[in-house]
Amino acid sequence: MLIRTAIKNILGAGRRTWLNVAVLSFVFVLMVAYNGIFDSFMKDALTSAHEWDTGYGQLWSEHYDPYDVFTLQDAHEPVPEALNQSIIDQSITPVLLSQATAYQNGNMQNILLRGIDPEQQILKIPSHQLAGDETGTIKAVIGKRMANTLKARPGDNVLIRWRDRHGAFDAREIVIASVFDSNTATIDAGQVWISLDNLRQMTQMTGEATYFVLSKQSRIKQDIGTWVYKDMDFLLSDLYLMAQSSRIESVIIFTILLVVALLSVFDTQTLSIFRRQKEIGTYVALGMTPQRVTRLFTLEGTSYSILAILAGFIWGAPFLYWFSKTGLKLPESYSEMGLGMRDAIYPVYQPASILTSIILIVALSMLISYIPARKII
Amino acid sequence: MRKLIVLLFIIAFTVSVSAQDAEQIIQEVDKNISAKSQIAESTMTVPGKRNSRTMTAKSYTIGDEKSFTEYLSPPREKGTKMLKLDKEMWVYSPSTDRTIMISGHMLRQSVMGSDLSYEDMMEDRKLTEMYTPSLAGEETIEGRKCYVITLTAKVNDVAYHSQKMWVDTERFVPLKQELYAKSGQLLKQIRLSDIKRIQNRWFPMKMVYQDMLKDGKGTEYNITHIEFDKDIPANVFSKASLKQ
Repeated sequence: MLIRTAIKNILGAGRRTWLNVAVLSFVFVLMVAYNGIFDSFMKDALTSAHEWDTGYGQLWSEHYDPYDVFTLQDAHEPVPEALNQSIIDQSITPVLLSQATAYQNGNMQNILLRGIDPEQQILKIPSHQLAGDETGTIKAVIGKRMANTLKARPGDNVLIRWRDRHGAFDAREIVIASVFDSNTATIDAGQVWISLDNLRQMTQMTGEATYFVLSKQSRIKQDIGTWVYKDMDFLLSDLYLMAQSSRIESVIIFTILLVVALLSVFDTQTLSIFRRQKEIGTYVALGMTPQRVTRLFTLEGTSYSILAILAGFIWGAPFLYWFSKTGLKLPESYSEMGLGMRDAIYPVYQPASILTSIILIVALSMLISYIPARKII
Repeated sequence: MRKLIVLLFIIAFTVSVSAQDAEQIIQEVDKNISAKSQIAESTMTVPGKRNSRTMTAKSYTIGDEKSFTEYLSPPREKGTKMLKLDKEMWVYSPSTDRTIMISGHMLRQSVMGSDLSYEDMMEDRKLTEMYTPSLAGEETIEGRKCYVITLTAKVNDVAYHSQKMWVDTERFVPLKQELYAKSGQLLKQIRLSDIKRIQNRWFPMKMVYQDMLKDGKGTEYNITHIEFDKDIPANVFSKASLKQ
């Protein structure tokens, strides 16, 4: 009976009600859309990292620190015997790094040579293109960012200069076998992939590696000798930190939007209680306790949010569906950042995320409606 | 048969004589270039895209183990000091009042945007210690008759696997050097000129380093004053002198 009265009252309020509902439903749909974009970005970034860069864990040489360019050249060790079987059954694949300089059209560019097994299947790097370079030419595959920097296309020759393990310079031309398109910048910008055997021979680092990429099937979950195991939490920590910071940003934006929307509910409630003194008196005269009257007004305020969610579903569902199909086109500079973003983000709406938005809006509306209504007692 | 043996003998003798000659030439070059100690004032000009930068410096060197350099100009670099002890190097920057250590692969970085790396500047080992020379012929460079010497590394830890050096036949000073990668690719060229007689040795006062793989005019290195085999106080080569 209380619910029916509350609904009848707010529908009777006319434009004031629909204004509140419109603002709240806008905030609700916006929250769902934003969360959808965020969830989609995270899903893309994680998939991209697994497929192109991190695999499902890595084993690092104890000297390897990807953020210390001054020690990279010393970050290599012989492959331990304990890992030979895993390499043969392709549950792990070794990668060797060496700093070098690329010369193209009279310009120089610092690069990182990455040696990879042409037969590996763990990463999506098109390493099979590196096979069969026994003619003497060193084949290389590079990402589109590196290709842009070097202004190189498949079939082009690029002169590279590097140092062997003793520090002696060497220089040769490599031929770009293919250019791949990846969202992950860490394996693209400034990186040139060549066959592992070639790099080992060029640097005189026979049988050595800098790190191993583990496949999903790999059972390695601990250090092997001097090789340090890095789990996904560690390898993706930058991504998680960025996600955390984005979450904080979204909380701030939602708070501002909700405050604006809920202010109108609060305002409506305060005004109602002030204007409907006679009505409140009548309810009490008819035998309603003040607590029930408070509950009625709180219910009225909460009903705005329920109506807003219903309205949100009505106009928001087709909009969100359309948005998920067309996606949010990103400027080119975003994909250059290499945060695992595609050219466009196609929102993914998670039920948990929608439910959280609903609960948040309803609970806050209830609270904001109760604050002025409690004075009736 | 006898003719063949004589021919082989002559070839072997010629090769042996030429190797011996080349070794002697390089020893003479080392005598001119290397010294027990050096005190030098120099300018280094690095051409940029719009304008070039010129830096002046004073350096104190003992063999290939100890070296101390202080930059005197331009104002931005003034007071920057570098100390090299064995295979380590410290650079003091007055603007930050900090000393940083440069070691390992950091030594391969360019010095102030020039075509020289810290390693190039620090390298003062004798050629005879690093390379096996062979005489490849004679050519004329800027009117001076030169021996053309091919140097091939005999130790692993040299930056350039081979070199071609044009050595003045009278003064035993290199007038041109080409530095090659293991693959035979030409990497750097050094042109040496303005040869002066200083303390009983011939020494090039001007050197132009050019990275042959990139565009650019190269880095010009001029020595304005140099003294050899002078006693240098030990405290010059201490870390305390960086902040003085």
